[in-house]
Amino acid sequence: MAETVYPRIIASRVRGQLAYPWSFALDVAAQVIGQAFELVTIVVIFTQVTTLGGFTASEVVLIYGLAATAFALTDLAVGQVEELPTFIRTGELDVMLLRPLRALPQLLTADIALKRLGRVVVGVAALGYALASNNIVWSPVTVLVAITAPLLGAVILGSIWVAANALSFWLIDSSEVARGITYGSGFATSYPITVFGPWLRRILCFAVPSAFIAYFPALALLGRPDPLGLPELLRYSAPPVALLCIAAAALVWRSGIRRYQSTGS
Amino acid sequence: MFRPYPQLVRAGFRRYATYRQAMLAGLFTNILFGLLRAAVLAAVLAGRGTVGGYDLATALTYVWVGQGLLVAVLIWGDQELSRRIRSGDVVIDLGRPWDLQAAMLAADLGRAGVAVLLRLLPPVAFGAIFFPFRFPEHAHTWLLFAVSLVLAVVVSFGIRFLLNLSAFWMLEARGLIAMWGIAAGVLSGLVVPIAWYPAWAQAALWWTPFPALFQSPIDVFTERGDALAVLGHQVAWLVVLCAVGRLVLARGARRLVVQGG
Repeated sequence: MAETVYPRIIASRVRGQLAYPWSFALDVAAQVIGQAFELVTIVVIFTQVTTLGGFTASEVVLIYGLAATAFALTDLAVGQVEELPTFIRTGELDVMLLRPLRALPQLLTADIALKRLGRVVVGVAALGYALASNNIVWSPVTVLVAITAPLLGAVILGSIWVAANALSFWLIDSSEVARGITYGSGFATSYPITVFGPWLRRILCFAVPSAFIAYFPALALLGRPDPLGLPELLRYSAPPVALLCIAAAALVWRSGIRRYQSTGS
Repeated sequence: MFRPYPQLVRAGFRRYATYRQAMLAGLFTNILFGLLRAAVLAAVLAGRGTVGGYDLATALTYVWVGQGLLVAVLIWGDQELSRRIRSGDVVIDLGRPWDLQAAMLAADLGRAGVAVLLRLLPPVAFGAIFFPFRFPEHAHTWLLFAVSLVLAVVVSFGIRFLLNLSAFWMLEARGLIAMWGIAAGVLSGLVVPIAWYPAWAQAALWWTPFPALFQSPIDVFTERGDALAVLGHQVAWLVVLCAVGRLVLARGARRLVVQGG
């Protein structure tokens, strides 16, 4: 049943947004500009300096491109999970739990914000520019990394988003904390982890594994030594990390749903 | 005549003080982003002494004061008036014995007051305790900073008021408000100091109201440039924005049609 329901739900959401083409175009434009402005920050920084954390401008743009594409895909696919606290508060989650469909897919398809494709466009454009302007030795491995990194990155980020927002099963008013984790990791991903101090770096590598979204794949693409001297294997570890993230997020989500008691409203 | 405005300031203060917990929850995100931004700016300065007139202490002070100002100067998510325009509730606001613009400004000043206590002081204190921090050298800077902060809130209000008024003409002001929120973050010197932009961009930006929101109060606090010139820029935009706001409100109210029911 689910196989036929979700395509229909998604198609209806898409049609709904395209019903007002001008408003949709404006929304997409806002997303494009929003994502591009983050790039402005990096460009402005490089008008002042030639390297940041040991990386040149085009290397940082590569990291940014990988990060932005992964972030945009995540936002498009699971951005809706941010509404979980509202759904809990209003009791709408109860309605979802009563339906013969699983709660998370229902929540995620409650609104597909197609305008976020605007962000994907900017991310892919920055990535394309960076892939062309850096001296990348193309081999089957680097091609594979370039193609899979944004997708695996989106899986890692998406898992972080689901887990962080599932905190609202335990905490009231946790949306700010969730936002700190999701947008904070999004921001941190766009820069080489060498700019962060040892503590933040450890958190970014291991606790909220955002270093595997852009930093390590970028090192693999550039074929350059890691200024931090971390093992080379980490560069190709995004697939197992993504699997671990999915498992962890599923665990958090399921234990959250299991202990969920309606607000009664 | 009965003056409602001081009461409105108090009401705005009380309204937001009620949600202390939510206000404080936001501190987590605020401070986390402060840590990340401080790290990036520190990396920019690493081994370079000063960049664009910022040494390490000034750059970190810039980050923490900026993080603190974020909620007080509010650039994101103020859509109340546009919703009331769309629903038609704005007729009630227009019918009350007050000046709508002044009334909303008064309430916004009250809101900003809560934000100063709960969201400005903690991140700044955090930065001052754990990071190199540049306190003002002159005592009068504190006073000038307070003035600049109030001006920044009013300029921000003036812009938000205008954006919300666009709902008189547009069905959905949300896209415009979102676009402004994004542009304001980068162009107002919240994310990177305006002094780091190329000279032509700096010259262009100082012709806009953007720097008046964040760069100006931070510049006053860190004693960069002539404080009176900075305040003058803020006052000039305050006057322009409030005047345009009145004009637009008058025009919008004239074309307002509300279906009875």
